[in-house]
Amino acid sequence: MYDINHLYEATSVEHAVELRVEQPQALIISGGSDVLISIRAGGLAGCDLISLYGLDQLRGVSLDPDGSIRIGTLTSFTDLSEDPIIRERIPVLGEAAATVGGPQIRNIGTIGGNTCNGVTSADTATTLLAHDAFMELTGREGVRLVPMTEFYLGVKKVDIRPDEIATALLIRPQDYQDFHGSYFKYAMRDAMDIATSSCSVNVRLSPDKKTIEKARIGFGVAGPVPMRTPTAEEAVRGKPVSIDTIEAFAAGALEDVNPRTSWRASKEFRLHIQGELARRCLYESIRRAGGKV
Amino acid sequence: MSKVQYKQIQFILNGHEVSASIDMRESLADMLRNEFGMTSVKKGCEVGECGACTVLIDGRPYDSCIFLAIWIDGRKVTTLEGLMDEDGSISDIQQAFIDEAAVQCGFCTPGFILSAEHLLQTGKRYSRDEIRRELSGNMCRCTGYQNIINAVEKTMDKRLEEKSESR
Repeated sequence: MYDINHLYEATSVEHAVELRVEQPQALIISGGSDVLISIRAGGLAGCDLISLYGLDQLRGVSLDPDGSIRIGTLTSFTDLSEDPIIRERIPVLGEAAATVGGPQIRNIGTIGGNTCNGVTSADTATTLLAHDAFMELTGREGVRLVPMTEFYLGVKKVDIRPDEIATALLIRPQDYQDFHGSYFKYAMRDAMDIATSSCSVNVRLSPDKKTIEKARIGFGVAGPVPMRTPTAEEAVRGKPVSIDTIEAFAAGALEDVNPRTSWRASKEFRLHIQGELARRCLYESIRRAGGKV
Repeated sequence: MSKVQYKQIQFILNGHEVSASIDMRESLADMLRNEFGMTSVKKGCEVGECGACTVLIDGRPYDSCIFLAIWIDGRKVTTLEGLMDEDGSISDIQQAFIDEAAVQCGFCTPGFILSAEHLLQTGKRYSRDEIRRELSGNMCRCTGYQNIINAVEKTMDKRLEEKSESR
């Protein structure tokens, strides 16, 4: 038996918004692979919950009329990694989702939970950040879009207002078309583990594949929240595809990251890993884009 | 503590339609064991790490310890009990676990068999590495996994062979 004080089941998005207003103390539960475990551990014991689990309208991936990829916040990691739109247009996001936990966790865990719990090690967050994705929030006043680059406010704190629920993640066509990406999760085990550090890079090359037009990079566990490293991105903009450019990218990344020592790994080890992840992910992204180093 | 909340739910358990009035705080694992006597559903870590409580929901493996029982309303659940024939005889994958000595203490076995059953039902061929990946949400602290993977691989080969023969 879980130590839950009261559970409210949302029957529609509007109902969920109403419940948020009526029960400001209640936490949102979507799949529960984070919330239920925190209840079991005691941290959230005795809480009130608003369950979104029944809202099937928030499940699945589709294309908006403007070509944006729309990912419902209740979409599971399994559904994300197997989805044909994701596989064709932004395979790196499906690959990142496939590194979460094990099969059982990937069936219950959702992309909405993975981002809205505000955790720095979230496997999908880095790739969403690195594609300038938007979080769609629905509240009493209607819909609000927040860039993922501004969504994280601090450790386990995100920009969701008291009357809002997260309804979708959106990736605009100019942010995924012609980009090729790569995700690397560095962890102690190949399954059932949380990233020691993680990195997602995507790159758009010139038509002759010799120049980097644009590169973006997102890091997990490189600071209190998932982060971009602009110095790395600026260092390679318009630069030739070469080993020197890749080295400049890694050096730029290390100027911006700010990892700490935790029981999982030391700051020094994380810095070493993060330079290497930037290097490998850019190299692989260039390769996938058809470039040769 | 506030007043206990109950909810009436209906779902399909091992092919039979069932209903129950359950405490909204209950996990699926608790409900299956306590209300329906499905004691093959083992409670190990109770935080979604060991996989001993694995059941199939609409054919996919889930940790029933971190799944609220109310969410099962209207869905199809398979536990190890559901793999038996009407006369009580066991399925090929269960027999393979015995033949390959893939069982020692047995606590993790039902969960492993259900994760394996999901993999087998896809009708695809998996490499040993892919089998490991499909079983990575289940932990065994006795066998060292080799015999478990052998049992799954042999059953997969047999089923694929039977499928191609029946064509």
